[in-house]
Amino acid sequence: MKTSIPQEELLRSGHQACQGCASTVAMRYALKGLGRRTIIVVPACCWTVISGAAPNSSLDVPLLHAPFASAAATACGVKAGLQARGDEETTVMVWAGDGSTYDIGLQSWSGAAERGEDMLYVCYDNEAYMNTGVQRSGATPMGVWTMTTPDGNRRPKKDLDALLEAHHISYAATASIAYPEDFVRKFAKARAIKGFRFIRVFSPCPPGWKYDPDKTVDLARLAVLTGVFPLYEIEAGAFRLNLAPAKLKPLAEYLAPQGRYKGLDPEALAREQGSVTERWQRLLARKAAS
Amino acid sequence: MPRLEPPQRLPRIISSPGSTTFNRTSSWRNLVPRIDLALCTGCLLCWKFCPEACVGLPGPKPEIGMDYCKGCGVCAQECPAECISMDQEAEA
Ligand code: SF4
Ligand code: SF4
Ligand code: SF4
Repeated sequence: MKTSIPQEELLRSGHQACQGCASTVAMRYALKGLGRRTIIVVPACCWTVISGAAPNSSLDVPLLHAPFASAAATACGVKAGLQARGDEETTVMVWAGDGSTYDIGLQSWSGAAERGEDMLYVCYDNEAYMNTGVQRSGATPMGVWTMTTPDGNRRPKKDLDALLEAHHISYAATASIAYPEDFVRKFAKARAIKGFRFIRVFSPCPPGWKYDPDKTVDLARLAVLTGVFPLYEIEAGAFRLNLAPAKLKPLAEYLAPQGRYKGLDPEALAREQGSVTERWQRLLARKAAS
Repeated sequence: MPRLEPPQRLPRIISSPGSTTFNRTSSWRNLVPRIDLALCTGCLLCWKFCPEACVGLPGPKPEIGMDYCKGCGVCAQECPAECISMDQEAEA
């Protein structure tokens, strides 16, 4: 039977993620795109748990745990080890949450990106420290409830994609689990490119975002269709918008099912809608210019 | 770079890859999905979106692996034919 994405599953059932966790769907697709010849490096994040407690593993590929601050540095070492053994084939992938990517491990990926190390760095962005119980991170959007921002986060989300691009890396992309074919294609493409590749995956989290688990894919889709999480890729400096709806859906449609946005008053909503629209206009201008 | 000899084997700390399948996560489930195969169009979206990788493809139509399904309801929510219902799990 022909399917639009590969059938081989390299993530096994029995893993420990919460019901409806988007990051597990993301890992399934990522490995469908990369294949078996992959070694994963994971810093402290939900995936430290999802990958299984020793001596078990939920993955059919090797995985190495790294400290919060040093996933990219660890991956450099793994890559150097493979090269020393003459293995140029295996992909080394860092699979990190936003806490490690936006905050604690920033220096280590920045160094690796700047040196052009040959690795794929993936950030599955669930917009807070979920593994430790929903504390705010640099990825948490403005106005959002977390345990450490009980009356709403007062700072805007850090623009990580811009930060990455400023490192002149070989490939950068965003990917959403609501678009499996686009997702798998990007990972297959990243596998074939040399140098530092980066993919940011949008990762809805039912307990941390306070919504019913059946809405996970729906929210991932709404984030794309409202312009909260645009799908694009930048290859050797060339920008491509992968999906450009003729008209964006109103932001409120994406926020409504999520308890973490309950405290947002109409004024704050209007301000957030304004910044989403403004960023979308910038992307459209960039598309027109490319 | 000179080729290095393979290092001495480290002690095995992972018993075997993909071994979490010993963990039957069906006990997490409150709701249980049921597919009405007569209405199913075989679009396979339920297979694609399942976070547990527990929807199998024995043929052109999907089959849910009840040993691992956590009852999240993503498949029912996403099924375009609306042929998956989420029913209350029977008391164990
Ligand atoms: S806390 Fe959120 S991100 Fe972490 S495993 Fe649960 S659903 Fe997934
Ligand atoms: S309810 Fe959730 S875990 Fe069960 S088959 Fe559907 S998508 Fe998979
Ligand atoms: S999503 Fe619905 S229609 Fe599509 S294969 Fe699954 S059960 Fe059948």
